[in-house]
Amino acid sequence: MADVATAPKPLARRRLPQRRRGSYLAPKLQRNVAAWGFLIGAVLCFSFFSWYPIVREVILSFQKPIYGGGYAWAGWFNYKLIFHDPTFWLAWRNTLEFTLLALVVGFAVPFFVAILLNELRHARGYLRVLVYLPVMLPPASALLLFAYFYNPQYGLFDDILRILHLPSSQWVFQPGSGFVSTAMISVVIASTWMNMGGATLIYLAALQNIPGELYEAAELEGAGLFRRIRHVTIPQTRLILIMLLMLQVVATMQMFVESFVLTNGGGGVGNNTLSVVMLIYQYAFELSGASNYNAASALGVILMLVLAVFSAGFLWATRERS
Amino acid sequence: MVRLAASASPRAWLPWQIRPTRKRVPRTTTTRTLISSVQLNRARGKIVYRIVLTLVIVAFTLIFIGPMYFLFTDGLKSTQEAIATPPTLYPHHIYPGTYKAAFDRLDIAQLMWNTVYYAFGALVFQLIFDVAAAYSLSALRPVLGNVVLFAMLATLMIPAAVLVVPQYVTMVDLPILHVNLIGTPEAIWLPSVANAFNIYLLKRFFDSIPRDYIDAAQVDGASRTMILLRIVLPISRPILAVVSIFGLVAVWKDFLWPLLAEYGYTPTRETLNVGIWQASQQTPQNLIIAASAMAAIPTIVFFLIFQRNIMAGLTAGGIRG
Repeated sequence: MADVATAPKPLARRRLPQRRRGSYLAPKLQRNVAAWGFLIGAVLCFSFFSWYPIVREVILSFQKPIYGGGYAWAGWFNYKLIFHDPTFWLAWRNTLEFTLLALVVGFAVPFFVAILLNELRHARGYLRVLVYLPVMLPPASALLLFAYFYNPQYGLFDDILRILHLPSSQWVFQPGSGFVSTAMISVVIASTWMNMGGATLIYLAALQNIPGELYEAAELEGAGLFRRIRHVTIPQTRLILIMLLMLQVVATMQMFVESFVLTNGGGGVGNNTLSVVMLIYQYAFELSGASNYNAASALGVILMLVLAVFSAGFLWATRERS
Repeated sequence: MVRLAASASPRAWLPWQIRPTRKRVPRTTTTRTLISSVQLNRARGKIVYRIVLTLVIVAFTLIFIGPMYFLFTDGLKSTQEAIATPPTLYPHHIYPGTYKAAFDRLDIAQLMWNTVYYAFGALVFQLIFDVAAAYSLSALRPVLGNVVLFAMLATLMIPAAVLVVPQYVTMVDLPILHVNLIGTPEAIWLPSVANAFNIYLLKRFFDSIPRDYIDAAQVDGASRTMILLRIVLPISRPILAVVSIFGLVAVWKDFLWPLLAEYGYTPTRETLNVGIWQASQQTPQNLIIAASAMAAIPTIVFFLIFQRNIMAGLTAGGIRG
């Protein structure tokens, strides 16, 4: 007290560092306690519902249930089990087929739709809302509507075929599992209708960032419409294209709800639209007999690894240059 | 974030506060696109443009509104008309009884309430925990904060669908606490907090807030909570709007997890998605279409109100990485 009073004009600025130097540890400790107080809720949620399940999945995949509860070590048993299941390979084949088809349709179409929309000077807001509207629908609503269209007896799509004098189709329930099967195309159509809005709007935003001078210059150099797309539009949006390509492959490899709802949870005739995630679901919750969380986890681990390898490889292949 | 701020200024974060940007950016003069306006203004360009425009509008309306037209009108048909061959293009006899029957039979009111309850509950949990965590990581920087942030962001690499089984097993018997959360609202609320993308968006926005504001408040004696509530949150309204909207939509649209977590209590605990799907197994199809239409109405209204925020948020999300 007396010290401060006798000192020549004690400034607040000078007093503050003194106090800090006096007890150096306390404020730091206090800051950390407070910071962790703010952080703890999210950290607990991540631990219980994200980090722990990741570890648990790997552990479960190497275990098998024992009578009376609990799990015992099983080695590679679950992996051998699923490798010997013919539906395992079928599910992978279907998933790859869906991913490829969804890429051809769901990746290229939004890009060209975005280019088209970007050129229009009218009804821009309206068209944008239209494209994005299906994305907002609850997936069960949209897919049950498509199930109704696909219905072989009173569905709209078969009626269109009839009007056009084309042979009628069973759509999602069309048997056969050729590489581009009717059933899978039906799933892809519904899926693309539901999901293309997001990608379209992201492309549109990217297109609007392209400086107009580039087109101006290209045009002066005599580049036609397609060469302008090839040499200006695509290079300028390359980063977004690559990002979305990767995200889309990862998302479509996890296809579940589309096939699940359209085929009443069955996977189509002869499982020709059964996806890997659907197989995980079937192992864990549906297969006759006891639910097999362990086999499901093993399949989950494999899918996780495949997607991780794909993402890493993709990022490596498209690194730098950008 | 720059993009976001440009399309929605910090003060205007609700759609009715955002001024239309059409006036602000006269497109024809500032930026040119693939085709120059000179070319478009020639006689031939005008004709081609008109044709393309008409075609696009007609095609898009048919493709995107067409199915939705059937979504809403098929529910007005009687069961007899709904399963007639060939299908009728419009209800010949308007029969609102189908909507009424679907509403009663599927207990849409209960399903809708459940979904709203889950969605807003999840939103509250996300806003409290994720905002607090992002603030802590951005402004308070605790020991090991970077490790935690890295571990959180690493979960973005793990595809969500492959984790459902261990998540379910964990949920049945939560470690340490040994409670079964399946069938409770917490089974949806708590996992929604573990959303690394939210944390990333929020932290990045908080990082962009000038440090001086926080320091000034500190000098004035504001506590950390006070700084968060009075300084950081008001500035962050655009990003909070994005996080909230996408949080609500995510819960509303989710199918697989609610199917596992809330299934089998029909319809007292199921979400709209799951409830309608489950009912679709043993209910006439026109009732299901009517129910689907009713499930779609809230999301469509929500979208029409918040479309500007949703589209702005989409770009904020799209430009990640």
